[in-house]
Amino acid sequence: MIEQVAEPLQQSGFAKVVLELEVNNHPGVMSHICNLFARRAFNVEGILCMPLSDPRRSRIWLLVFEDQRLEQMVLQVEKLVDVLSVRRHGAEHEVFERLEKFFY
Amino acid sequence: MIQMTGAELILRLLERQGIRTVAGIPGGAILPLYDALSNSKLIRHVLARHEQGAGFIAQGMARVSGRPEVCFASSGPGATNLVTAIADAHLDSIPMVAITGQVPLSMIGTDAFQEADIYGMTVPVTKHNFLVRSAAELLEVIPDAFRLAMSGRPGPVLIDIPKDVQTQVVSFDAFPLPAIPDAAPASDPDAIEEAARLINAAERPVLYVGGGVIHSGAAQQIVMLAERAGLPTTMTLMALGVMPIDHPLSLGMLGMHGARYTNFILEESDLLICVGARFDDRAIGKAAQFCPRAKIVHIDIDPSELHKIRNAHVAINGDVGVVLDALLPRVNIRLRKRWLSHVGSLKSRFPLHMPRLEDPRSPYGLVQAVACAVSDEAVVTTDVGQHQMWVAQAYPFRRPRQWLTSGGFGTMGFGLPVAVGAALAAPARTVICFTGDGSFKMNIQELATLAEEGLNVKIVLMNNNSLGLVYQQQSLFYGKRVFASKYQGAPDFLKIAGGFGIDGVDLDTARNPRAALAQALNAPGPCLIHASIDREEFVYPMVPPGGANTEMIGG
Ligand SMILES: Cc1ncc(C[n+]2csc(CCOP(=O)(O)OP(=O)(O)O)c2C)c(N)n1
Ligand SMILES: [Mg+2]
Repeated sequence: MIEQVAEPLQQSGFAKVVLELEVNNHPGVMSHICNLFARRAFNVEGILCMPLSDPRRSRIWLLVFEDQRLEQMVLQVEKLVDVLSVRRHGAEHEVFERLEKFFY
Repeated sequence: MIQMTGAELILRLLERQGIRTVAGIPGGAILPLYDALSNSKLIRHVLARHEQGAGFIAQGMARVSGRPEVCFASSGPGATNLVTAIADAHLDSIPMVAITGQVPLSMIGTDAFQEADIYGMTVPVTKHNFLVRSAAELLEVIPDAFRLAMSGRPGPVLIDIPKDVQTQVVSFDAFPLPAIPDAAPASDPDAIEEAARLINAAERPVLYVGGGVIHSGAAQQIVMLAERAGLPTTMTLMALGVMPIDHPLSLGMLGMHGARYTNFILEESDLLICVGARFDDRAIGKAAQFCPRAKIVHIDIDPSELHKIRNAHVAINGDVGVVLDALLPRVNIRLRKRWLSHVGSLKSRFPLHMPRLEDPRSPYGLVQAVACAVSDEAVVTTDVGQHQMWVAQAYPFRRPRQWLTSGGFGTMGFGLPVAVGAALAAPARTVICFTGDGSFKMNIQELATLAEEGLNVKIVLMNNNSLGLVYQQQSLFYGKRVFASKYQGAPDFLKIAGGFGIDGVDLDTARNPRAALAQALNAPGPCLIHASIDREEFVYPMVPPGGANTEMIGG
């Protein structure tokens, strides 16, 4: 899903961050979000999306590196019309940790 | 209960939004909408000759009026032809709503005839975009598109509408209200207080204003702030006209082709007050070396611009007009004799050199002669290249929205269709389009639209028979290895204009070029004014690409 369109910054060595997005649930939303990360060559390490109990809304979890561009990245995500809120969590957040057992 | 087709509904909603002119080109997937348009008593259609022209005509109307304007295109190639004009609007924050036809819903994704994923393609170049899936959705999507285009930092919005959505019948109780802009974010009063404190404490402040001031309608507040606090004021390419160029506090344009004194004054400043500007690389040169000793106050409606390129000591998110209103009474009246007299001496030691200003056949002389022949009420558009920079440097801009240029995207082909749009939006004004021979050929087909509409557009063609700015770069920075920048053939532009039914004047052969120019500019209707320019005329001074603003060459 995420193509590299520019030389990505060296990201290993940076701490990981979990972003929790609440978004409108329609077919274009993922493409707006993924496009934003892709064209800035900001790698998304993990992504998870599920509808909420209100079916017009979804929650997206993104696992990203906390490099110096993250601040700007979050501001850009907040500008997307279909993104209703963005919250930051540390890497200790368990959503991706629990998911790992489906992968290994 | 109201009942109508999707196409009729779009038209009614556009009418209710106050749209009176739409530029576009029809095709299969948008024919239901054109059929409805043919019955509109309020909206006039201007038939462009290329969809990029239609997009730029809408931009021209929007740049003059300050409100979102509309263009139409069909699916596939019609829609992709719009993309450049949309991307251009995106980078210069121009409000616009582009409506494209799409293949019927059931055929999307089948590689149907003239199917293109214009929704996917325009994600990165629009503020927002929609693919409409039912006629009922239009009741929300159309007002939303206008609201988004004009709220906060303006920008283009695209609505892709499948053909069967246009023909679908929809019933509803009442029309939605026309869109109005969202309220601006409330600004932090402590930050405004702190900004005032920095301005009052500064010894060598400079006010640096950008296109956001024009979008916000805050030019008057900028002049008041500058006068009150004694702030020398520089403008970006997008902001020319915010402060009259002959105002004693004006430093003109900064950056790559700014005057030496302007960039030197910025270098010495101890406080930079950036209002509605975004530290673009063409304006600030090497970011780390721009205003190295200055604290920064940054005011912008878009929070993602704050701290983006340079960290601000005080960052204020808000509509610049509203913030300036709050800031003004907190700022002390200062004469700043010492700083302003130093500014004055730098100005006289390192002025902008405009050689042969008295010769209307020279680049600067021609720009000046045009300005002398018309009033400040005229609107000026340009294309992209050397001619654009000569106009930016030499034309005496004195009011906002007098100057329409492709700043962020630098799109050749911008000038003529934007001039057509400007003339449609402001029929009482003379519109002057300064163009180059390379750019002119990129949307020359819009001469047909211009002739048909009989608009008051005067095209001033600065013909060096080359891609002059490229030729200049190769001459200066690529060891004079001139390649693909000089034309072999030389089309007869006056004949071409004549073929489209547009009169021309050749300044090369005119016995009195100044008089011929004034006469052409003041006769009603369209006209092409042709002037040959020596290819060896370069734009100076110039900051070499990647250099710091103080490392200018020439001039
Ligand atoms: C659509 C597009 N293609 C290419 C360029 C790169 N470019 C910038 S200026 C320029 C030359 C412009 O030539 P002309 O319009 O004749 O203006 P001049 O510099 O000669 O005054 C070119 C090719 C551009 N800005 N836009
Ligand atoms: Mg040229």
